Amino acid sequence: MTIKEIQDSIVEEFSMFDDWMDRYAMLIEMGKECPIIDPQYRNDNYLINGCQSRVWLHAELKDGKIYFTADSDAVITKGIINLLIKVFSGQTPADILAADMSFLDEIGLKEHLSPTRSNGLLSMLKQMMLYAEIMNNN
Amino acid sequence: MRNITYFCRLKFSTLSNFNVNDIRKQFPVLDQQVYGKPLVYFDNAATTQKPLCVIERERDYYLHENCNIHRGVHYLSQMATEAYENARKTVAQFINAKQPQEIVFTRGTTESLNLLATSLGQLLVGEGDKVVVSAMEHHSNMVPWQQMLMHRSVISTGAKRSGEISSNLLVIRMDKKGVLDLNHYEELLKQRPKIVSIAHISNTLGTVNPIKEMIAMAHKYDIPVVIDGAQSMAHQVIDVQDLDCDFYVFSGHKMYAPMGIGGLYGKMEWLEKMPPYQFGGEMVDTVSFEKTTFNKVPFKFEAGTPNVGAALGLETAVKFIQSFDRQEVEAYEDELLEYATEQLANIEGTRFIGQAPKRNGLISFVIDGVHPYDLGTIIDKIGVAVRTGHHCAEPVMTFFGIPGTVRASFAMYNTKEEIDIFVKAVEKAANMLR
Repeated sequence: MTIKEIQDSIVEEFSMFDDWMDRYAMLIEMGKECPIIDPQYRNDNYLINGCQSRVWLHAELKDGKIYFTADSDAVITKGIINLLIKVFSGQTPADILAADMSFLDEIGLKEHLSPTRSNGLLSMLKQMMLYAEIMNNN
Repeated sequence: MRNITYFCRLKFSTLSNFNVNDIRKQFPVLDQQVYGKPLVYFDNAATTQKPLCVIERERDYYLHENCNIHRGVHYLSQMATEAYENARKTVAQFINAKQPQEIVFTRGTTESLNLLATSLGQLLVGEGDKVVVSAMEHHSNMVPWQQMLMHRSVISTGAKRSGEISSNLLVIRMDKKGVLDLNHYEELLKQRPKIVSIAHISNTLGTVNPIKEMIAMAHKYDIPVVIDGAQSMAHQVIDVQDLDCDFYVFSGHKMYAPMGIGGLYGKMEWLEKMPPYQFGGEMVDTVSFEKTTFNKVPFKFEAGTPNVGAALGLETAVKFIQSFDRQEVEAYEDELLEYATEQLANIEGTRFIGQAPKRNGLISFVIDGVHPYDLGTIIDKIGVAVRTGHHCAEPVMTFFGIPGTVRASFAMYNTKEEIDIFVKAVEKAANMLR
């Protein structure tokens, strides 16, 4: 699936819920299913700054596509990073760099995009883009 | 000049008259909905809300009195100067300072502590000298001392670089309940530190430290004591002469006053000896290109134009607090704390961080298997405002081996009904997250 297709399916999934509680319950579920980072990468080198909870993110380039794994000590944060992983993992660096992120508004996560927001969705996104940029140049 | 009396309208004299609903009417910000739910504001240790009389006082200053102080010969300037100096008097009386000149207006606790680390540090601390703080300090009462001590080493040896660990900052140990070890404190005092600086009430644990005893202990060794009163001014009656502290620092915004104003009480004999902290207008006496002499206390510590409007707001906040029977307010706030503790304890896996026998104003906790950040995020959606994280006291979190806590902190306008909403929200969140 393309990034756009995955985003559309996430938006569709979230749109089934009117209630914020159900949306958060879904994020929490996603947090519990997050593709967990190999313990060897769960160290300060892979830690993302700017989060009130700790987030580790690892990226690997295989056959021209990036595969992300992550972990966090907070489950909502883990749900958010998993959401991003679902969208970006298995995509090419060029596609990731070109992606439109407006789907986050549509699923009601816009409030998490503020730079002062302590879960650091923006920092996570930035880190993923940084990986994509480096791997795009290689 | 309009002569407006800004004492607050609320005047209670007997216990039965304490009416929280009347008090809440003075705080318009409380009467609102967030995410469609009534706001429950339990982040008072970060900043309290402001009563109408405080808001009106500051507004009125800008409507009718605004002027730069201490230098104009004209009418408005003289009036503003008088009002500002009256505010100093009110604050001095509030904490029972011997004289108004012992109150220096600052931006708040953080600036007061930086002023002391710089100025008192310059007066007393040389290379290799030590300063005592406690294991439960807010970063503001630790980092300024730590950096000052490091700076001393850097200058004198030229070898140590900033960022190295300072062994000259001595830290009073605490136990797992959040109580300071006074035997250890005595041991540290025997090392003859130059300054002791401790919190009256811990912002993370709520512990009320036995400061009167600790001050007396330090004075046996002739060591001056700084008390960080950020968390105590709104809740407890402070008498600096009875405490016999050398310095007491506080923030206005944590005691119903505007942001950007706070204070530093210092015994006159110290303030007179201490060098200025910042330089500029107002704090000077005579100036030439070769030499400058400085104004007298407290003006030598108040360089530049002060926040006059906020100082007048602070004065009104003091009068607001004084319009109540203080014992009654304290008893009511203790009741809230006790009730919240009891109710939270019913939730499975709740662990209180800070269980000192004497606590005040706040409750800090974690729930097993739930990250404080997640909990805070969910209960925010239910309209409950609490603080989560390390509360600017990272070493405290390290000590307890946790990433952070959830902190609910109370003010006189909070109610048991709000605690019920809060506890239900926590329970709901815990069930979602576990």
